[in-house]
Amino acid sequence: MRTRREVLKAGGGVSLLALVTAAGWLKPGEAAAQAWNKNAFETKTVDDTVKALGGSAPAQSKDIQFVSTPDIAENGAVVPIGVSSAIPKTEAIAILIEKNPNTLAASFEIPPGTEPAISTRVKMGQSSNVYALVKADGKFYVVSKEIKVTLGGCGG
Amino acid sequence: MADPMKIRASVVGDSTEVKVLMSHEMETGQRKDAQGKTIPAWFIQTVTVAHNGKTVLNAQWGPAVSKNPFLSFRFKGGAKGDKVQITWVDNKGEKRSDEAVIG
Repeated sequence: MRTRREVLKAGGGVSLLALVTAAGWLKPGEAAAQAWNKNAFETKTVDDTVKALGGSAPAQSKDIQFVSTPDIAENGAVVPIGVSSAIPKTEAIAILIEKNPNTLAASFEIPPGTEPAISTRVKMGQSSNVYALVKADGKFYVVSKEIKVTLGGCGG
Repeated sequence: MADPMKIRASVVGDSTEVKVLMSHEMETGQRKDAQGKTIPAWFIQTVTVAHNGKTVLNAQWGPAVSKNPFLSFRFKGGAKGDKVQITWVDNKGEKRSDEAVIG
């Protein structure tokens, strides 16, 4: 068994990455995928977020649906949100909350073979429009829904 | 070290449904403690789900994802006994990987 130090000594740069991959520490695909999009997560308006994700003026689409997402959330700290896209070649889904301090809550990259439908739970500071942004075949589509929050999720 | 994730992966029709519950504070960086000091942000930034070494979902999260995050999705293929591996990395560079067998 080689120690990490020995592996590090053995090679730098690309060859190190190859060694790490060969050692089974990183699965192929994982190494390239994980750069957190700081710019996008710092945006404060829906327009800026769309821009930071590489789109502009997304088209309204009836093919995107919110699934098991409430109209009224009693607890803003845990708001279930599900987004499902029927647009062919959906590549990515993002959840945007207009009135949160930062608009972008989560983004998901959908590789071929994965169904373009995800569910998660988010925090909402106050009642707000929530946008489901979908990137499909290089184009952007959006649908929005208002969720009323009776108890905010960002307070102290 | 963070607690293990709770992962359930099961075959539904010709897809595999993955449900994950992670254990993480997901601190927003907006809250203040009793002394009025801001509690620093601490949240999961990236999540990768792999099936037999192939990535089936990449997620990037901000601090608006709820504490102890939940995630569910489906991918095509996957058979009983296959392994699903999930890895998250937070903004402090802490990392956790867990594996589950599709049942």
